[in-house]
Amino acid sequence: MWTWFYKLASPPYVYGVAAAFAPWLFGFAALAIGYGLVAGLGIAPADYQQGEAFRMIYVHVPSALLSLTVYTVMAVASGIALIWRIKVGHAVAAASAPIGASFAILALITGSLWGKPMWGTYWAWDPRLTSELILLFLYVGVMSLRSAFEDPLRGDRAAALLAVVGVVNVPIVHFSVVWWNSLHQGATIVKLGAPSMPGSMLWPLLSMWLGFMLFFGAVLCMRLQAEVLNRERQASWVREAIK
Amino acid sequence: MTVGAWEAFFLVVHRELCLSFRRPEQLFQPLVFFLIVTTLFPLGLSLQLSALRDIAPGVLWVAALLSSLLSLDSLFKSDADDGTLEQLALSGQGLTLIVVAKTCAHWLVTGLALVIVSPIVGTALSIPTHAFATMMLSLALGTLTLSWLGAIGAGLTIGLRRGNVLLSLIVLPLATPLLIFGAAATDRAISETSTAGAVYFLAALCVFTCTLAPWAATAALRITLE
Amino acid sequence: MTSDFWSMGGYARYVWPCYGIAGAVLAWNLWAAGRYLGAAKVRAARALAMASSEAR
Repeated sequence: MWTWFYKLASPPYVYGVAAAFAPWLFGFAALAIGYGLVAGLGIAPADYQQGEAFRMIYVHVPSALLSLTVYTVMAVASGIALIWRIKVGHAVAAASAPIGASFAILALITGSLWGKPMWGTYWAWDPRLTSELILLFLYVGVMSLRSAFEDPLRGDRAAALLAVVGVVNVPIVHFSVVWWNSLHQGATIVKLGAPSMPGSMLWPLLSMWLGFMLFFGAVLCMRLQAEVLNRERQASWVREAIK
Repeated sequence: MTVGAWEAFFLVVHRELCLSFRRPEQLFQPLVFFLIVTTLFPLGLSLQLSALRDIAPGVLWVAALLSSLLSLDSLFKSDADDGTLEQLALSGQGLTLIVVAKTCAHWLVTGLALVIVSPIVGTALSIPTHAFATMMLSLALGTLTLSWLGAIGAGLTIGLRRGNVLLSLIVLPLATPLLIFGAAATDRAISETSTAGAVYFLAALCVFTCTLAPWAATAALRITLE
Repeated sequence: MTSDFWSMGGYARYVWPCYGIAGAVLAWNLWAAGRYLGAAKVRAARALAMASSEAR
């Protein structure tokens, strides 16, 4: 059973898997996001307190969750690459970084647009917003560090270490609304116990979350192919692969 | 001749201190920067005394952060340039021990110096004297944590072009909790409310960083030295 | 339904830019990844061509 895991350490295998999976992931992502949009914008009833503005949840929450998930993926891949010296891990980390950064930016912007009508301000120096901004800075730091090295492997390893050090911020972002008095509302889905949201509002949200995750997977597959090619340019399998 | 671990530690600290004091101007530069940056704020904002007191903790801490960043460059760079760092790594004493010794010595000449100078800066920012104790304690804990975060960053960025900018880019996001709680502690001390929460949090951050950062900094150096 | 839908209870100027920017970010991800992969393939083909011409 673990053989498939060992196979994933092989660049040509990963390249093939990524190439095969990408279109399927895009297809399912489109379905999930499509359903989420229709149900979220059309079917779910307006919120009692927030009115129609609450519908921004359907892009804000998935993008925020994704920004955290992608950082975790990047950190885990980096850790695997550093500990066991598996270069594919560096490829995964390098591929995930720009995607995660874009989701962090999206979470901050959509949150800002949601904050204006709800809290009266586009920004507040509140623990969750601040730690999410720090997450964005960490993404930028990891990407900058990787590209600053002449030797790509050294750059990969330095960026990997930074990614692992920075992962301490991920639980801070998530638990910030629990540990401190925050303007931002508390956890409604990723917590122990039942979600504090009715079904008609919840299902489109879960579908959008799933759709964003699948979309991340698809884009990751494309970027991963590119990263693997960049690291293995001279290898013999590349000739067949890029035909 | 084999050298025990404690002996090696004190030897390295002694060496670092000797080298630092050989060029005293290098020691004063971050302190002068600290003083200059702190004076820029009241001059630029031309505030009433009471308003200055409000922004003082934040200004103090930002200035301390920036001047610490300036001095981090010297932690590994000169040793890396002349090959001493590789010799130390090959010396048979654990690299972690060397890193701990270098960082401790670095803090003694930069962070501790900042703490000692801080009453002057505090007076310039009209921080009342009863807040000085908390201010200095929080700065001591904060600069120690910062030295460690900086050690990780410095280890990763030795020898890079524009390594300074990258170092700041890496260290500052990780240092924001320090800034938040350090400024909060000083602020509470000024308004004479309980500073316990903020100081305990700073101490916790310090302990957390001092425990885990040596491994990360050693790993960073190994990556660079390979 | 339609005019109520578009006005989003008066919040239209927050909700629609929100979704618009989200769509733009997703589209950028797709486009940028495609471009990056294409460039990587071109570079790889070039490296292989150089290697095989050197071997001759």
